[in-house]
Amino acid sequence: MPARVFLDIVDPWINWTWLSTHIPYVLAAVQEHLTLTAIALAGGLVIALPLGIAARRWTNLHLRPAALTVFGAFYTIPSIALFALLIPYTGLGILTAEIPLVGYNVLILVRNVLVGLDSVPPDVIDAADGMGYRPLARLIHVELPLALPAIFAGLRVATVSTIGIVTITAVIGLGGLGQLILRGLIESFHTPLVVATALCIVLAFLADLAIALIQRLAVPWARNT
Amino acid sequence: MSLLQATWQWLTDPAHWQGIDGIPTRVEEQVHLSVESVAIGALIALPIGIVLGHYGRFGNLAINISNVGRAVPSFGILVIAFQVFGLGDVPIVIALTALAVPPMVTNSYVALREVDPDIKDAARGMGYRDLAQLFTVELPLAVPLIMAGVRTSAVQVVATATLAALIAGGGLGRYIVDGLARSDNPRTLAGALLVAALALATELLLAGLERALVPRGIRLLAASSSRRARTFKTA
Repeated sequence: MPARVFLDIVDPWINWTWLSTHIPYVLAAVQEHLTLTAIALAGGLVIALPLGIAARRWTNLHLRPAALTVFGAFYTIPSIALFALLIPYTGLGILTAEIPLVGYNVLILVRNVLVGLDSVPPDVIDAADGMGYRPLARLIHVELPLALPAIFAGLRVATVSTIGIVTITAVIGLGGLGQLILRGLIESFHTPLVVATALCIVLAFLADLAIALIQRLAVPWARNT
Repeated sequence: MSLLQATWQWLTDPAHWQGIDGIPTRVEEQVHLSVESVAIGALIALPIGIVLGHYGRFGNLAINISNVGRAVPSFGILVIAFQVFGLGDVPIVIALTALAVPPMVTNSYVALREVDPDIKDAARGMGYRDLAQLFTVELPLAVPLIMAGVRTSAVQVVATATLAALIAGGGLGRYIVDGLARSDNPRTLAGALLVAALALATELLLAGLERALVPRGIRLLAASSSRRARTFKTA
């Protein structure tokens, strides 16, 4: 504990001595943060991809307006309210944290999956049909690759926003870097607060950059977008 | 008695509908903080976005502001503002304003950029001066997307204002934070339901307002989904 318990000592924004002795603590928080983010993104993709594809394939089921309305409403609800609603049922834990995060990502991703699939030119689909592609092969080899830029764009938005919202899971005992922010609040100790906020921004940038790089590799024909 | 029944009882208890911790007061606090923050944010963001979009300069700046804004964790910025400005509404309004600005800058920038160049040429050809062209030709055409940006910001600000309770502020988040601290599940759940209802109501109200404010002719022009406001969630 630094000497800040004495009120006449001003707490600096970053106490480097504290930071240098707490690097493993900070890294553990970063790791938890990334794990929570990765699960939320993977979960979002696993639900949004099939949902988007199904909504386009079977238009008579009205999945598109239904999904956009339901997840759109879910998206407007603040995460802290959803955590509070879920705690009596799923307790304090990773499930309570991930249900809202996954739900938010489903909206962002399903929207972009639909935009991507809608953007496939009808001529290309005709050509694929003429070449004898079956619907599933056409989807996998023709439509999904052409939809990838839009899907990646959604993934980037989802990643950046998830990294921010994960901090709020601190109120249910998780939070990754949010735990450091909460500690900074409770102890009125600036260092963890400032370090965690800055690291959140850095993580968001790095994750965004990483996905942009993957996108360049996965969609070499659309490098200029 | 089940939790849902207890929550219903909490919500319908007349004692919870009056006084400084009553539901009307808490709703008023949250709406008040949000309106202030969005109004200040709009005063800052809209001129920047509109001017940048009109002249088509510094486009990267507008986009970068938005990207940085998206990456800033609302919880962190709220607590930092609390450490700097102490108790009261000031840190909350500052943090919420900071969150409200980026989507409004990007959307108003994109809105002005997306005005059909042919229309601008025609206006120029008809002898419109720069400012007259901006105010009487470009802005009316840009209104739908600008309004969409304001709505995105406002909905997120109302949602994020819930976090004010974490820094000893008011608003509906009070019930959630106090309920969690006291293990008073009905209070927490009631708070969560009220917050969810307020967020949804804000979204619907602003969508209706947007519809009412945008002239019908322009609404018909601007239906494509690619012109929708960029999604932005901070809490």
